[in-house]
Amino acid sequence: MLFYLTVILACQLIGELITVASGLPIPGPVIGMVLLLAGLLIKGGIPEDLATVGDAFLTNLSLLFVPAGVGVMLHIALIGEEGLAITLALIGSTLATIAVTVVVMRLLSRSADAADSEAE
Amino acid sequence: MEGELREIWVYLSASPLLALTLTLVAYQVGFWIYRRAGFNPLLNPVLIAVVLLVSLLLVTDTQYSVYFEGAQFVHFMLGPATVALALPLYRQLERVRRSSIAILASLLAGSLTAAISAVGIAALFGASKETLVSLAPKSVTAPVAMGISEQLGGLPSLTAVLVILTGITGAALGPLLLNLMGVKDMAARGLAIGTASHGIGTARALQVSELAGAFSGLAMGLNALATAILLPLVWKLFF
Repeated sequence: MLFYLTVILACQLIGELITVASGLPIPGPVIGMVLLLAGLLIKGGIPEDLATVGDAFLTNLSLLFVPAGVGVMLHIALIGEEGLAITLALIGSTLATIAVTVVVMRLLSRSADAADSEAE
Repeated sequence: MEGELREIWVYLSASPLLALTLTLVAYQVGFWIYRRAGFNPLLNPVLIAVVLLVSLLLVTDTQYSVYFEGAQFVHFMLGPATVALALPLYRQLERVRRSSIAILASLLAGSLTAAISAVGIAALFGASKETLVSLAPKSVTAPVAMGISEQLGGLPSLTAVLVILTGITGAALGPLLLNLMGVKDMAARGLAIGTASHGIGTARALQVSELAGAFSGLAMGLNALATAILLPLVWKLFF
């Protein structure tokens, strides 16, 4: 299990190095995710111990955002001043984004399904 | 007596143990409430934990930096957890491959909607230029959003806060909107939540279904890339 924890950290580390070296606008951990995915594709499966370690991180993913979330207190004054604009922008924009993404996704998956069934 | 108590407090607040323990306790209280409420998305455990901890820090007059000194050990694990998102993605890869065009198109549409609608609404209600810039990349995972904000002349630390608030908003309200819209397809639900509200949305999606979690994690990664490339270009067009 320690081995796979090391693998995960190594993927992140290489990801961070690639980000710094290339100047790409992608965070190191996201590149690390792609590296680990590539490794799984080469290996052709998920080793059991890797699943144990990885799923332990993912089961508690929400918890990991708490320390950054508490940082809200740093900008309470500003958020209070422009509270209405910020609140409406966050709620309106988040809902609009979800609606637009899901509508486009459904339209295109439906037409792809239709094309598939026509091809059959 | 009071002096002794003070000494204990000073001792504890100097070690990471207190902040770390409080973070875990606050989250578990949040999760307990969330579970008792039948996993109602409005009672998001991150939201509850943040409210509890911020109240406690304000009441005890404790600086965020002092708290973060201890809480950083939890924060650090975000990196490896993001790498681990490769697991659900690998398990759902066939499904992702099959709808790759739909994924890319809806992601681009969502990415542009996120930035334009946020800036538009905030401008309409008189937000300052600095807030507008800081708001633009709010649907993107924090490290990338902060970078974009800095590049466009915003406040990276304000962006970080807006990113978190967006994540909580999406995780809390997104499932309700998707239910209202009658969307049952877990892949589409995950993609929409991940595009709008990055890792916090992905965390919620994973609690509901692995398929939704995989698509949400994928959307989070792709949206970081899309926004980092597109937003500076779109911004130049308008400002």
